[in-house]
Amino acid sequence: MDVIEEGVGRLLTDPDPDNAREFFRKKSRKMVDKVMSLKDAIEKFVHDGEYLAIGGFGAIRTPIAACHEIVRQGRKNMGFAGHTSTHDFEVLSAGEVFNRVDIAYIIGLEARGLSPCARRYMESGKVEITEWTNYSLAARLKAAAMGVPFVPTRNVLGTDTFHYSAGKVVECPFTGKKLMLQPALYPDISVIHVHEADIYGNARIKGITISDLDLARASKRLIITTERLISNEEIRRDPSLTSIPFYLVDAVCEVRYGAYPGNMPYEYFSDEEHLQEWLKAERDPEVFKEFLKRNIYDCKNHAEYIELHGGIEKMNELRTKEFLIHKEANNG
Amino acid sequence: MADYNVMEMMITVAARELEDGATVGVGTGAPCAAAMLAQKTGSPNLVIMFEAGGVSPLLPEMPISVGDSRTFYKAVMASGMCDIMETCCRGFVDYTFLGGAQIDMYGNLNSTRIGPDHQKPKVRFPGSGGANDFASFCWRMMVITPQDKRRFVEKVDFITTPGWLEGGDSRAKSGLPLGAGPYKIITNMGVMDFEPESKRMRVISINPGYSFKDIQDNCGFELLKAPKIVETRPPTDDELRILREEVDPYRYIIGR
Repeated sequence: MDVIEEGVGRLLTDPDPDNAREFFRKKSRKMVDKVMSLKDAIEKFVHDGEYLAIGGFGAIRTPIAACHEIVRQGRKNMGFAGHTSTHDFEVLSAGEVFNRVDIAYIIGLEARGLSPCARRYMESGKVEITEWTNYSLAARLKAAAMGVPFVPTRNVLGTDTFHYSAGKVVECPFTGKKLMLQPALYPDISVIHVHEADIYGNARIKGITISDLDLARASKRLIITTERLISNEEIRRDPSLTSIPFYLVDAVCEVRYGAYPGNMPYEYFSDEEHLQEWLKAERDPEVFKEFLKRNIYDCKNHAEYIELHGGIEKMNELRTKEFLIHKEANNG
Repeated sequence: MADYNVMEMMITVAARELEDGATVGVGTGAPCAAAMLAQKTGSPNLVIMFEAGGVSPLLPEMPISVGDSRTFYKAVMASGMCDIMETCCRGFVDYTFLGGAQIDMYGNLNSTRIGPDHQKPKVRFPGSGGANDFASFCWRMMVITPQDKRRFVEKVDFITTPGWLEGGDSRAKSGLPLGAGPYKIITNMGVMDFEPESKRMRVISINPGYSFKDIQDNCGFELLKAPKIVETRPPTDDELRILREEVDPYRYIIGR
């Protein structure tokens, strides 16, 4: 399989599956209580300079509480997987947490517009970038989850997205067709927000899983934040509901409303007004500094942040929005 | 004839392209409105797919994100990124709608950057997201975009998402799945397709109130003309009513 063409981007992580196997060989398989505060989990498992990935889809089932805590604790010089990243990217950019990014989707908040803060940071030249696509990063995580150094795909061929990636194009030994090889991506540390988990880390995700099943399996260390803790007996009552098994998990943090101001399917919808406040405050760096102080640095934890924005009443309102009850009320 | 705005016109034209029983990968905004309108008019069995994993939802309202709860509301399956993109790569998805800051005569799209320095761009955009993937895999890629010289450019600063690449058979040679590629470009002034040999953009339909010259004047490269250019059929009363009352009652998209 001769290499026909190579991307000029730098590979930000090691794709060698034997190095990953050595790591996983030493990782504990013990089913022990892993419950701790989010503050402790971030202190213990998220380190300067490491490569970070965040689960969910930007502002959907994304561990925003963990992103705030990472910023609050002042992590720096991290690598980051910019896979479907929107509000998470916005928060981490505000803290200038990373200095190198694998880019699939960054800066934007989809239909809501672009983040001025994230844009300034990405245009500053302070961040090294390698270009990918959402599926490319999903495939790279899948390769890592499979324990192989790459998987072949048929996207990105012929484009600048390929040229600025760290992928390689080869000729298929079976068909002679050109294939893109997506190198395995093993993040040092990932955080995934779930609906339910037991104290050991057995976790349940409801609804779409995006790339989180592979992300959990590809990550060297994994923090689970959960809307609620459930018993191990409940997990064992229906194992078909388990998305992530305990042995992948290093810490379990019960963080109710941990995806706020994003959307947690079947729990609460996104707080669109507050997401707009972020975008508005970012326009003026001085105003944004004050905004960050109030919303992140001066907050002890996520509960305090939520309290600033309407507390339990707001969360109930977002719950009625999630279940479209507000529409029934309007029609009645 | 009913009064309509340009957004309503573009959405209606796009919706008519989606035949009953087809599959379409969509994003938020106008493409989603077009798919919803198609479902409520001629194509009740149109299968809508979202890159984050939502398959064939009964969309209760316009989603804000391609992964939000609405994208798998009463869906047949809540899946994930790899499953959706692999379904596209297997050849199961007929259409997709994409956009970008720039488009060239071969339908290549730029949503990555403006300026020559990749590490320190003059303007940085979000990047591919799932756009490159959808455009690589879905049989027919369409674009809904305003007709504007700054958007329709001779050469895009960065090919984020493949169109017909350099035209001719360059796309087939690239290794991208055979037979897939840009299909129609829908603007406020008309509709373009691609000349089968050169793969260059050509005008096939002009919206009421506009001329070929209007389209050419608002395009940064020379457009070809189809052998027969027709006038675009404006939205019917029924299409407009459904679009305004059922698809986008809060005018999130059609009010833009």
